[in-house]
Amino acid sequence: MKIVLQNLTKKFPSRTKKSKDEVVAVNDFTFEIPDGKLIGLLGPSGCGKSTTLNLISGLQKPTSGKVFFGEDDVTDLPAEHRGVGLVFQSYALYPHLTVKQNITFPLENLKGIHKMTKEEMAARALEAAKLVQIDTLMDRKPGELSGGQQQRVAIARALVKMPKVLLLDEPLSNLDARLRLQTREELRRIQRETKITTIFVTHDQEEAMSISDLIVVMKDGVIHQIGKPQEVYDDPINQFVATFLGTPPINIFHGYVEDGRLFIGNEAVLSVTNVPNQEVTVGIRPEGFILDENGPLTCKLNRVEVMGRDISVVSTHDLCDNAAIRSIIDAENNVDTNSETVHFALKPTKVHLFHKGTGERIRFEV
Amino acid sequence: MDKKNLKGWLYLIPAFLFLGVFMIYPLIDVFIYSFEEGYNSASQNFYGVGLYNYSYVLHDPYFLQALKNTFILVIITVPVSTGLALLIAVGLSSIKPLRELFQTIYFLPYVTNTLAVGLVFMILFKKTAYSDGLINLLINLFGGSSVDFIDGPYWAKMLVLCLYTIWVVMPFKILILTSALASVNPIYYNAAKVDGTSAFRIFRRITLPMISPMIFYLVITGFIGAFKAYSDAVALFGTNLNTAEMNTIVGYVYDMLYGDSGGYPSFASAAAIILFVIVLTITCINLLVSKKHVHY
Repeated sequence: MKIVLQNLTKKFPSRTKKSKDEVVAVNDFTFEIPDGKLIGLLGPSGCGKSTTLNLISGLQKPTSGKVFFGEDDVTDLPAEHRGVGLVFQSYALYPHLTVKQNITFPLENLKGIHKMTKEEMAARALEAAKLVQIDTLMDRKPGELSGGQQQRVAIARALVKMPKVLLLDEPLSNLDARLRLQTREELRRIQRETKITTIFVTHDQEEAMSISDLIVVMKDGVIHQIGKPQEVYDDPINQFVATFLGTPPINIFHGYVEDGRLFIGNEAVLSVTNVPNQEVTVGIRPEGFILDENGPLTCKLNRVEVMGRDISVVSTHDLCDNAAIRSIIDAENNVDTNSETVHFALKPTKVHLFHKGTGERIRFEV
Repeated sequence: MDKKNLKGWLYLIPAFLFLGVFMIYPLIDVFIYSFEEGYNSASQNFYGVGLYNYSYVLHDPYFLQALKNTFILVIITVPVSTGLALLIAVGLSSIKPLRELFQTIYFLPYVTNTLAVGLVFMILFKKTAYSDGLINLLINLFGGSSVDFIDGPYWAKMLVLCLYTIWVVMPFKILILTSALASVNPIYYNAAKVDGTSAFRIFRRITLPMISPMIFYLVITGFIGAFKAYSDAVALFGTNLNTAEMNTIVGYVYDMLYGDSGGYPSFASAAAIILFVIVLTITCINLLVSKKHVHY
């Protein structure tokens, strides 16, 4: 089932009674989530991701705007009747119930023609538990499970009623690094198997990039860019999106364009034919550097980190915002570690120009 | 025992001393008195050792009356007050406007002098030559005839005593339950809501189990408190409780010690030990039941 958000806005009243400032958590969202896709809502903390999720689940009412499930307007439908599956950041497993009771809990609420017998419920619960591989833990209480197991129980509980929409709020944030990697693959597998339209919220761009069909990058309640992860990475719409995506992060330089040439300091590093003369912010992806003794960009060499397949050259430049410039190049290249400086040529597709004031992208032709 | 340990024990001595002198010694003493027949506190002598004190107390119609009263009081007031307190606490937690005002109002009886409250109850319920009292006026309004709740039939007096006890013990229970309800993480309610759970089922399957430790705490302390009831009856019916048929076990113990028929510390001790055994048994049963039903 597709989900459509139409001019969705959520404002919270200010905490202090005197000031009239409202906090706009979600500002005029309009986008469509296609059926059966996995969507990652991505942004720094406090950007309104969880609020968006709560608006879709019905736990919070929008200040204005509409939410559609398929063709149905569900804006005024309370959470109880929306039938979404929601996995909370802290899992919210009922501590006094066993895993099995937790998973069957949503089924016991069904009424009328959907009412199930105990056997049917047990069968469905087992099915859901098998999907997330916790069918051997059915009689334990949540307190006796590890974080990863608890998370799977939470997913099983959300899936057992076969929701048309599955919402996940920072589902992996409580897991350690290895478990996180494993669980996100599993999430992807489960989503592919069930084909449930899934929206998941995360502040971890790597997580979102690796498993989402589409990512929505937001900041301060505003959507900045929607697209396939690779497209958003390769073609960011502004400086925020460019800096938010990618590890190691993009390197930001202060430069200017003069007569179709991009200058960083007094070095002309790239030709940008159709850009008018102005000061610009230059973003260079770590993989956008080419080690070249005759390259135009000169940086002070700090150290070289060998990471097997690649090497990471750590250097500094006076006009760079980053404390250290990280450039990732093939391990085949040799870097003279005794040298004080290092010279780079740049890959034009990995260099992005942004407007100095607004941070908007300035597109250029080589 | 090394020096460090010795030092530790040294620090504990004041506590042990006070507990020993003011708690353990009197307890043992009462236990001993209860077996000494005809003990006289003035001459400090007794006739013999045996179970006569217990036999006397258990055959004393006043004691049996007190036992009956106490049990009725316990069985009625503990469940009713806990249940009502739960209802009010849930109500208080679900309203937003004026919540603090209501909380204060519901807590007022707790800080009010029980004897003063007893006086108010007496005025409400008492039937005199001049006035039938407010409650009787209400009864008359609905077509009933007046009842003397303070000097009248047994059930009427028991009703007033139960009502009074419930009224006195409720504020504390409401306070405890309101804070227990507030401590339930709202995320469970959200989770249940998303799963389409009805409000009643949320209460029964989530709220109740989550606050069950507090409920059982209140039931256990409620039982103990009700078994030790005395001042409530005095506040309503005066000190001559045996004539009013409204005596309680603690009242009986007091009467045996200092009342008009007093001066029998052996009988009082025996009655006190019987009360102790009853309370201990009930509390053990409570704990056993709670182990089965309280989660966590």
